[in-house]
Amino acid sequence: MAETLQNLLLGFSTALTPANLLYAFGGCLIGTMVGVLPGVGPLAGISLLLPTTFGLDPTGGLILLAGVYYGAMYGGSTTSILMRIPGEAASVMTCIDGYAMAQKGRAGAALFIAAVGSYVAGTASVIGLMFLAPPLARFALGFGPPEYFSLLILGLLVLGYMTGGSMVKNLAMVVLGLLIGMIGIDHMSGYFRFSYGVVALGDGIGVVPVAVGLFGIAEILATAGQAKRPEVIKPKLRDLLPSGEEFRDSVKPIGRGTVLGFLIGIIPGSAHIISTFVAYAIERRLSRHPEKFGKGAIEGVAGPESANNAASCGALVPMLALGVPTGPIPAVLLAALMVHGINPGPLFIKEQPVIFWGLIASMYLGNLVLLLLNLPMVGIFVNFLRIPYRILYPTILMFCVVGVYAVNTSYVDVAIMSIMGLLGYLLRKFDYETAPIVLGVVLASIIEMSFRQALAMSDGKYAIFIQRPISAVFLAAALIMILLGLRPLIQKGINRGWREHLTKAEKGE
Amino acid sequence: MTIDRVSGFALLMIAGFVAVESRVLPLGTHSRPGAAYLPLVLAASLGVLALLILFKGRSALPFGKIKWTEGRHALAIMGACFFATFAIEPLGYRITLLLILFFLFGVVERMKVWWSLPLAFGLSFGSFFIFDTLLKVPLPRGGLGL
Repeated sequence: MAETLQNLLLGFSTALTPANLLYAFGGCLIGTMVGVLPGVGPLAGISLLLPTTFGLDPTGGLILLAGVYYGAMYGGSTTSILMRIPGEAASVMTCIDGYAMAQKGRAGAALFIAAVGSYVAGTASVIGLMFLAPPLARFALGFGPPEYFSLLILGLLVLGYMTGGSMVKNLAMVVLGLLIGMIGIDHMSGYFRFSYGVVALGDGIGVVPVAVGLFGIAEILATAGQAKRPEVIKPKLRDLLPSGEEFRDSVKPIGRGTVLGFLIGIIPGSAHIISTFVAYAIERRLSRHPEKFGKGAIEGVAGPESANNAASCGALVPMLALGVPTGPIPAVLLAALMVHGINPGPLFIKEQPVIFWGLIASMYLGNLVLLLLNLPMVGIFVNFLRIPYRILYPTILMFCVVGVYAVNTSYVDVAIMSIMGLLGYLLRKFDYETAPIVLGVVLASIIEMSFRQALAMSDGKYAIFIQRPISAVFLAAALIMILLGLRPLIQKGINRGWREHLTKAEKGE
Repeated sequence: MTIDRVSGFALLMIAGFVAVESRVLPLGTHSRPGAAYLPLVLAASLGVLALLILFKGRSALPFGKIKWTEGRHALAIMGACFFATFAIEPLGYRITLLLILFFLFGVVERMKVWWSLPLAFGLSFGSFFIFDTLLKVPLPRGGLGL
């Protein structure tokens, strides 16, 4: 405990430097804009800003990108409440009661509770992250290549199961991502694989052009030429304060949403989206007036919004403690660390205490900044929604080009982004999720290295993966995931409600 | 033909392609896996998953029912992306983006030229100033130094 507090003080001494405060503020501001604008998700936002962090020190860069991440999660609620359009998939549940409240003239109260809930959840889950990540990292120090390989396989299977749509299709996308990640020089033998003489492919396919293509360009392709935007309800600042009853009704949902969101957030896949469904369902079940849900119940805003922000923080636990991203956004954050020459993994917290604790402290400050920023400036953010889409999408395209080109100053990356954009667009048409591809690309090299090292250790015996206890536990859990995924194929009539809801949310329906 | 059947077949083709292309790489042994080892394992896994998608795909949406209402815009945007790929280094960032933005604003979105041209000019040159000049992110200047 004393050690943790001492480390936290170190973190605050890092985060409170003028430069890092500016990065945290800038990240939160940009993130909120990213979250407010439909079509620019947090993933594309972080990917596009990645090159701007190259000139910064690693701590400042990570603070900026993390600010964009939770700023976007925070900002997504604004469009949900005022327009019934989720800024990102995790805000879908907020649409239901948030928009109903806005129609009744309670938009300000809904925005206030969403902001306070997000702040409480964000701050509490940073405490969870602070206490959970270091012991988890110490535990993972005992992992060898077989344990890492099994853990990554488990992570990818959980991702396949917890992402919306068909698990078989999700796993196919994971494998496709891993295959894309195989392009480039094989680090163990030096052979060029699937590069066809393109020298720029020697370093492999970068995560940024893949993420921007699959999420940024594909989104533009799918939504350009869409019909006129629906009307935006503009809240008045004086209406922001909720009534005493609304405030009392929100306290417990915020608490429940925080705990639930953080725990679910650690699981790979679309955990932050799932956490909002679970929070909403629990609040409706526990409510004395379940009939109010869907017609403007404040609990229907407080619970999911808190869960969503807590989950986005929970997702950072495996990334920081184990070096294993649980979704595409932590994957890009991980790539950002690697760009700065930092090797993520169990030793990260021990070897880079300034970065880890600086990030933790900046998250406390960032949550406060977001609370102070979002409420008074909601009117300004709403104005972004008035920019016609025919002006917005070419501008987003421009940022995609500059963001991707700047990573390696290579036109090949722009080509990869374009191809990935086309692929992402077609995959949407064919009902595939694209997030597993990004994770596959990021994890390909780590999986291959640990797989080949494990086989070399055991002289080619696959039994090593089940002979080592930790690895065997991971593989047993992976097997359970496969069986759970196969269950609907074997047993007819199984309740697949949550997966269907998740699929709809991810498609923005 | 359903979307799952079409996509399952496409994935099967990709799996086959990877398997064929891996022949030029050393496979190695179980104790010392070579550069082709994991790609082949993955190609086999993708093949199995593709077959599952193919066989389970009878009840999926018919291929002909996919809506392509945004197709004209999508085609223009894809054209702009590929133009950016090949023009960004020879023409430079500012000229390339000026042309792309003017094309999207003026031609695709049919905005008036006195709107689209200054907007395209402001965004392309403005973003260059922010990223290249202020944030020191090097962007290409092209043969004309622009």
